[in-house]
Amino acid sequence: MKIAVCVKRVPDSEARIKIGADGKGIDESGIKFILNPYDEYAVEQALKLKEAAGDGEVVVVSLGTAAVQETIRAALAMGVDRGILLETDAQPLDPLGAAQALAAELRDGGFDLILCGKVAIDDYAHATGTMVAELLGIPSVSAITHLQLADGQGTAEREIEGGVEVVEFTLPAVLTAEKGLNEPRYPALKGIMMAKKKPLDVKPVELDPGGIEVLDLVLPPARQEGRIVGEGADAVPALVEALQSEAKVL
Amino acid sequence: MPFEGVDFYETDLLLSEEERAVRDTVRRFVDDEVMPIINECYIEGRFPKKLVPVMGELGLYGANLPEEYGCAGLNNVAYGLIMQELERGDSGIRSFASVQGALVMYPIYTFGSEEQRKHWLPKLATGELIGCFGLTEPDFGSDPGGLITTARETDDGWLLNGAKMWITSGSMADVAIVWAKTGRLDDQGSIRGFIVPTDTDGFSAKDQKGKLSLRASDTSELVLEDVRVPKDALLPNTSGLKSPLMCLNQARYGIAWGAVGAATACYDEALSYARNRIQFGRPIGGFQLQQARLAEMLTEITKAQLLNIQLGRLKDQGKVTPQQVSLAKRNNVNMATECARETRRLLGANGILVEYQAMRHMVNLESVYTYEGTHDVHTLILGQWATGLNAFGE
Repeated sequence: MKIAVCVKRVPDSEARIKIGADGKGIDESGIKFILNPYDEYAVEQALKLKEAAGDGEVVVVSLGTAAVQETIRAALAMGVDRGILLETDAQPLDPLGAAQALAAELRDGGFDLILCGKVAIDDYAHATGTMVAELLGIPSVSAITHLQLADGQGTAEREIEGGVEVVEFTLPAVLTAEKGLNEPRYPALKGIMMAKKKPLDVKPVELDPGGIEVLDLVLPPARQEGRIVGEGADAVPALVEALQSEAKVL
Repeated sequence: MPFEGVDFYETDLLLSEEERAVRDTVRRFVDDEVMPIINECYIEGRFPKKLVPVMGELGLYGANLPEEYGCAGLNNVAYGLIMQELERGDSGIRSFASVQGALVMYPIYTFGSEEQRKHWLPKLATGELIGCFGLTEPDFGSDPGGLITTARETDDGWLLNGAKMWITSGSMADVAIVWAKTGRLDDQGSIRGFIVPTDTDGFSAKDQKGKLSLRASDTSELVLEDVRVPKDALLPNTSGLKSPLMCLNQARYGIAWGAVGAATACYDEALSYARNRIQFGRPIGGFQLQQARLAEMLTEITKAQLLNIQLGRLKDQGKVTPQQVSLAKRNNVNMATECARETRRLLGANGILVEYQAMRHMVNLESVYTYEGTHDVHTLILGQWATGLNAFGE
């Protein structure tokens, strides 16, 4: 079984984000970047499938600047066999452009399965994985929490409002991973040392400029200070009143 | 919330991508596996043995030894970062890894035969086997050369007799590295190391009771009463007191890094508390006395970080001296002890609770201050280096 996993380099969820000088992107200085957490679920699933099958290959593909090599090596350290960086001058913003570049690379790769995270925690577009499926003309199931494969067929579960949807599909397919699909492993130290010896192909790509332009990036307004309405049981009516009429959460 | 660490001087720039990746993996392991259970273990006086195979799978034991023996083959800076992150969790966890790697695997690798290396190291690396190190005795702590455990050669092996004290992992160990004199008791040159399986007849271990420090660690006393081991239990390349001291030097190196982890955990807690605790209508971090505490901690931690990285680079180049390791152990453990104490004080009454880390680190560090060469012994090592005069009493 040959599996591709598409991954993205994103700012650490704990990073304190500052807006860059142009007001359209973030200031990357001093920010720690990580492998997108949803992509970690996708990597883990691919490794589990390979281990269960006893053979096969897991290839990780990413798009972006040379700095993304570090993110690819994080996946290699977890146990992925090799990596491909589709290198661009700047971090791509338009999901369609990214999906086109990824699809072009994956199209003739002979992959049985393509896994992605359901969303990247930087732009929250929820788009690239399903767009890759559309461009390749193969089935796609998004935000899966459970997966079973057998004889060129697959069954996946998706958590939907108030229940679970069970979906069947044929391979090859693109699946996007939701939290709960698995518990990603830590990259063991030997894995980290081996990662730099594994193949990492760097292929320059030109991205379609796409139809999206970021006009403005703003931080959320600072949270307002809380107010203490009183103390003890006597304060409960005033608190309920405030929650109902001011905060409107009751 | 995940631990972020403190990096005021951008020391991350001095680390390679692999070194940072190693640090981040161990940091995450400590967040996920150590922090949720450590308080309970500490109160109950119990080492979290279930973490032994998990740390083995990650490759944390003897990580600076070669891959051919099942180890991670990391450089010494990466090894130091592992110790730093483990001790950010608890000194007892770091002590376990230090003993396994620096005091059990290192001597087998350095003084052992190829058969001994192949037989023991892979299983110690995974944590399938646990090791301990028996040098210190009830009456010989800072003066290990005086030890009175004996090894007498017999027709088919060695006969060991003696007692060892303050032995980390002693009660749960599968194997002990025991240091004993093969010659006269006044002959330090006759000290040799032996690999002793703990299920050998005559070997017993018992828990050191009543510890107020390193409570999440197994500290034991070993008794060897007519313990018979085969000829190949001897570590063939050990020769005199300098062999166990070389092991201690490895462990001290890791401790210098570990102390920074404990100090950073305390600084992080102090800072967070100072920002959130309101007294007199504003965060206590806005008062000069608390700012002085935080500024002092930040300064000392930053200096220790820089010291460690240079020490590690020297070690990787094979240039490091025992005195340089002594300076780092002495300085960093002392500063960590001060950071923990100041954090405990900054936290006021809350600082005595186990749900805050400061007092646990504070009392742990009193042991770290005392073991692997007390602070005072390292002072004398540096004094001797500076003056050329020995102040140890001989």
